[in-house]
Amino acid sequence: MLKFIAKRLLFLPVVMLGVTMLLFGALQFLSPAMRASLYVRDPRQLSALNEVIQKYGLNKPMPVQYWIWLKQVLHGNLGYSETAKMPVAAAIRSFFPATFELTLVSFIPILFIGIYFGTLSAVKKDKLLDQTTRIVAITGYSLPSFVLGLFLLMIFYGHFQIFPPGRYSLNVDLLVHSSNFHHYTGLLTLDAILNGDFAAAGDIFSHLVLPATTLIYISVALLLRITRSSMLEELGKDYVRTARAKGLPENVVVKKHARKNALIPVVTLSSLLFIGLLSGVVITETIFDFPGIGRWSVIAAQQLDVPGVMGATLLSAFLFVVANMISDVLYAFVDPRIRLN
Amino acid sequence: METKSKAAAMWKALKKRPLSLLGFCIIGFFLLVAAAAPILAPVPANSRSAYLIPEDGYNPEPKLPSAKHWFGTTENQYDLYYGMVWGTRTAFKVAVLVVGLALMVGIFLGSISGFYGGWIDEGLMRFTDIILAFPGLVLAVVIVAVLGPSLDHVMISVAAVQWPSYTRLLRGDVLAVKEREFVLAARALGASDARILIKHIIPNSIYPLLVVASLDVGSVVITAAALSFLGLGAPAGYASWGQLISMSRDWILGSPGNAFAYWNTVFIPGIAIFLFVLGWNLMGDGVRDILDPRQR
Repeated sequence: MLKFIAKRLLFLPVVMLGVTMLLFGALQFLSPAMRASLYVRDPRQLSALNEVIQKYGLNKPMPVQYWIWLKQVLHGNLGYSETAKMPVAAAIRSFFPATFELTLVSFIPILFIGIYFGTLSAVKKDKLLDQTTRIVAITGYSLPSFVLGLFLLMIFYGHFQIFPPGRYSLNVDLLVHSSNFHHYTGLLTLDAILNGDFAAAGDIFSHLVLPATTLIYISVALLLRITRSSMLEELGKDYVRTARAKGLPENVVVKKHARKNALIPVVTLSSLLFIGLLSGVVITETIFDFPGIGRWSVIAAQQLDVPGVMGATLLSAFLFVVANMISDVLYAFVDPRIRLN
Repeated sequence: METKSKAAAMWKALKKRPLSLLGFCIIGFFLLVAAAAPILAPVPANSRSAYLIPEDGYNPEPKLPSAKHWFGTTENQYDLYYGMVWGTRTAFKVAVLVVGLALMVGIFLGSISGFYGGWIDEGLMRFTDIILAFPGLVLAVVIVAVLGPSLDHVMISVAAVQWPSYTRLLRGDVLAVKEREFVLAARALGASDARILIKHIIPNSIYPLLVVASLDVGSVVITAAALSFLGLGAPAGYASWGQLISMSRDWILGSPGNAFAYWNTVFIPGIAIFLFVLGWNLMGDGVRDILDPRQR
């Protein structure tokens, strides 16, 4: 097991190098002057374009430029993000907790709804409940997040004037940035409760409702389907028939025997689902003006804010490799028949 | 004869799945709209391209449906009905071209990777590892941002994110098929590598890939529309659903006191994208269920 984890951790820098090299390569499609103009914020500076090219070494061969960037990163300097108006490291520290909170608030209901209704759907196969669940699932993953997001905003924020976009209201903004508000966890709802300010917690939570609903409705389908099909497979196996033949109540057969085995693929998949949510909230965050990693990375990518895109990509590549590793380890952990080698 | 009975069996299986049948009906409806676009929404005489939506004035405020504009107008008075009808063609174009392009690359690289093995295989697989480690949408946005916003570049970038999973899937199946006896027999008869690959290995390993690709059409359409929504797709006034919904973004809160004042600009293109993707997903689900009896 340790050997397996060590091997995967060795693989991590390889992927991260590859990801950044590829991004860097893509950016070389732009001429040095175009890339230099990305650093220019004032038209008057355009006459000094050549100096910018010299300063950042933009006319050097690509490997040399990459090396310059890499050396900085290895010194712990990820650069300055023009779109976030702060250093990349600070931007990640400020945006990541927001995304993490949103992901967590969506992931927990997804897990419960997915497993509960997935099981029920398999037990009551082809009955009304199963059909309803399937329809909800298939409409969920056919609905683009931006369509659902705009509908929800129009109805709940526009018409009913509840659940506003953003992360908090103005007065809470002042509160969170004041010196007597302690950031214990980075999860603002929790922090507000820990600070004893329930009104602020309510405000922050009300901002989470719509983006979380969007994510839940769109992503729950995957877990529903996996649970249902895995459950169906287990219910058809011999040991389930044996358990029934012994005269065990159906409830026990389903919950204690079949579901335990059916959850194996679900458990391993859920760590990947979590990461998928974490890096897949791009559009949802953009629509709801939610200041997280996703919204920032898309703005950075659109405006070719090189340090910003590189930083955001590095982070999500890192999470991706780690989540895959956790998923594999979990797999071996929940199912002793599987050995990692 | 055999294909005919297969089609008949397929039809019989489909009849038992009303939802999949519904999927075929939805896509059939959109196909009809796309085919009949010149009749449903005649191109104005002085238009440079059928895909440019006619503009009725320059008022930024969208208008509700009327006798003159059946679906109303978007901001800057683009006729929504015309955009929806011709946008159907754009939607099919995106769906078919993106999945087709990704499939071509996937089939080419996947079969080579599985067939030859060695350093080609190792190199290609590590490369796919790297692309899969990217947050897909962010990579696609970077590609479009570098190439410049346009519908063609959106299609290229979505295909660029899509091909690695196809390559890996086909590679796995090729690895299994290339050990089979009929491949050995073909080799013993002196068939060339290309002939073995094209005539024997690919036809026997491509099936799972095609099923996965048919299930992917919906999500590909969503990704491409999302890029248009972010303003990276076709220019304003081009008939594309993603572009139309992106134009509605500033109007979703309606006018003071009436949140639904411009409902048509969001709901009409939004429902169309939803139905289009739903149709593909229902169809893909049906095809998978019929081909893979374990999932029933």
